[in-house]
Amino acid sequence: MTTTVKSSSVTGNQQSAGARLSGIAINLFLAIWAVIVIFPMGWLLYSSLKTDQEIFFSPWTLPASPQWDNFVRAWQDAHIGDYFLNSFIVVLPSLALILILSAMTAYVLARFPFPGNRFIFYLFLAGMLFPVFMALIPLFFLVKDLHLLNTFQGLILVYVAFSLPFSVFFMTGFFKSLPSELHEAAIIDGANQYQVFFKIMLPLAQAGLVSIAIFNFLGMWNQYLLPVVLMTDAKRYLLTQGLAFMLHQQYYKNDWSGLFAAVALIMIPTLIVYVVFQGQIQKGITVGALKG
Amino acid sequence: MYRNKYRLIIPFLIPSLLIYLTFVIYPYASAMYISLTRWRGLSQPPQFIGLANFQKMLQDEHFWNALGNNAVYLITLPTITLILALFFAFLLTQGVPLSKFYRISYFFPQLMSVVAIGVLWSFVYHPTIGILNSLLQAIGISNPPIWLGNPKTVLGAVSGVAIWQAVGFYMVLFIAAMEAVPMSLYEAAMIDGANRWQLFWKITIPMIWETLMTAMIFIMIFATNMFAITQTMTQGGPSRSSEVLSTFLYDEAFLGSKFGYGTAIAVTLFFIVLAISLTVQRLMRRDTLEY
Repeated sequence: MTTTVKSSSVTGNQQSAGARLSGIAINLFLAIWAVIVIFPMGWLLYSSLKTDQEIFFSPWTLPASPQWDNFVRAWQDAHIGDYFLNSFIVVLPSLALILILSAMTAYVLARFPFPGNRFIFYLFLAGMLFPVFMALIPLFFLVKDLHLLNTFQGLILVYVAFSLPFSVFFMTGFFKSLPSELHEAAIIDGANQYQVFFKIMLPLAQAGLVSIAIFNFLGMWNQYLLPVVLMTDAKRYLLTQGLAFMLHQQYYKNDWSGLFAAVALIMIPTLIVYVVFQGQIQKGITVGALKG
Repeated sequence: MYRNKYRLIIPFLIPSLLIYLTFVIYPYASAMYISLTRWRGLSQPPQFIGLANFQKMLQDEHFWNALGNNAVYLITLPTITLILALFFAFLLTQGVPLSKFYRISYFFPQLMSVVAIGVLWSFVYHPTIGILNSLLQAIGISNPPIWLGNPKTVLGAVSGVAIWQAVGFYMVLFIAAMEAVPMSLYEAAMIDGANRWQLFWKITIPMIWETLMTAMIFIMIFATNMFAITQTMTQGGPSRSSEVLSTFLYDEAFLGSKFGYGTAIAVTLFFIVLAISLTVQRLMRRDTLEY
C-alpha cells in the first residue's frame, strides 16, 4: 500500500479540471463495485430477520420486527448447528495433520540430501497437476473398500492427502530459506535431530505454517465436491452440503426466512474472522497462486 | 550434522507418503485404467473395452453440450474478471481515497463457500423474492427474464456470480505484483511526460506479465470446473442448458452408475486443463523483464 503514483503534481494546472473529472469517475466506479459486492450480502443479512411474508412481498424493506426465531429454526430444525459441528470435526484434525505432516516432510526434503529426495519432491508436485475430478471415481471406491465411506476419519484422510502437495511444496521452499547456522549450532551443543526440528526449526517456520493453515482451512471449510461424494449420510453432512441440501429441499417446504438465516449463520463467522485478520488472510489465500 | 539422518528421514516421510500414495496417486493412476473399462460398479469388476468410452463420448450430444457451456465460461470468466481486477488493482495502487476499504470488501466473496454464494445469488435472481428483477423493473425494464430459469440467460447469470466472487482475489494478486514494480520506473516515465494510461500500458502491464499469465491459467482452470456453483444454483438446468463437464460426469457416474464412462470424461477434463495451461504459457511467453 505504500507505493502510490501521484500524477497530479506533474501534470500541472492545465489538466487539473480533466484530472478532477476522471478522479470522480474513478471513485464512482470503485464505489459502484463496492455496492455490487456488499449490498447482496447486506440484503441477505437483514432479510434473514424478516418474516416469509415480508421476504415475498416487500423484498427491499427492513424487517418490521426482527425475527430471531428464523435463526433458531435454521440452527435446530434445519440442523445447521450439527453441520457446523461436523465441519469442525473434519476440518480441525485435518488441519493439524496437514501442518505437522507437511512440515516434517518438507523439512526432510529441504534439509537432508539422500537418494530419491528429488523424486519424492516431484512426486508430491505431480499431485497439483491433476484435477480432483480425475481421481473422484476411483477414490470413492477406494474409500468404500476401506470401509471409510460416511466416516469422519475417511474424509480427514482424504483432505490431508489432497492438501499435502501444495503444503509440502510451499513448506519445502520455506525451510530452504531458513539459515542453517542455527541447526548446526544446536547439533554441536548436543541436541538430537528431533529436538532441532521441534524446538528450533518448527518455531522458525511459523510464518509459513500460518500461511498454509489459512489457505488449507478455507479450502477445506468451503470444500463441496469431496464431501458430496464421500459423505452421503445426511446426519454427517458438512456445512456446505447441509446448506445445498436445505436449498434443494426448499421446493417441498417453504421456509425461506429459515434459509436466509442459514446462509447468514454461515456468512457471519467468516466475516468476523476476515475483518479481524484480513491482511494475513489475503496473504494466505493468494500464496496459492504465487507458487509458480 | 547428518549423522544417523535416516533415523529422522524415515519416520518423517513414511506417514505422509503413505497417505499421499494411497489417496492421491493410486486414484489418479487407476483413473487412467478405469477410463478404458465398462464398469457399472457394485460387484462386477471393470471390464476392459479400450477406447470405446471415448468414442461414445465423442458421439454423445450431452458431452458436447456440457463442453460448449464450459467454453462459454472459458470466454466470459477470464476476460471480464481479469479486466475488472486489473482495472481495480491499478486504481487502488494510485492512492485513491478509501482504497483500503475497497481492497478489503472486494476480496471478501472469495472467502465465502461457493455453496453459500450460490444460495445467496439464487435469492437475488429469484423472480419473486429477488431484488435484481424488482430493481430492473424500477428502472423501466418491465419484463425482466427469469435469470436461472431461462436457457438464454442462465449461463450469463452464473458467469456473473463467478465473476462477482473472483474479481477481488485476482485484484489482490495484481496489487501485490504492482507494488513490487520499482517506483523509479514510474518516476522516470512521468518526468518524460507519460500520463496514467501510458504508465499502465507501458510499465505496469509488462512488469506484471508473469502474474497475469498465472492468473489467466488459474481462472481458465476455474472455468473448466464450476461444479459447486452449478450444482447449487441450477443443477445443470433448465434442461441441461447450464450443465458443465464436471456436473455431467458426476451425474453419469454417481446417478447413472456409469463409472467407466464418467472416468473417461474426467480424464478428458484433465487433458483439456493440461492443453489450456500449455497453450496459455506458450501464447503469453515473453522474455522476462530484468530490473
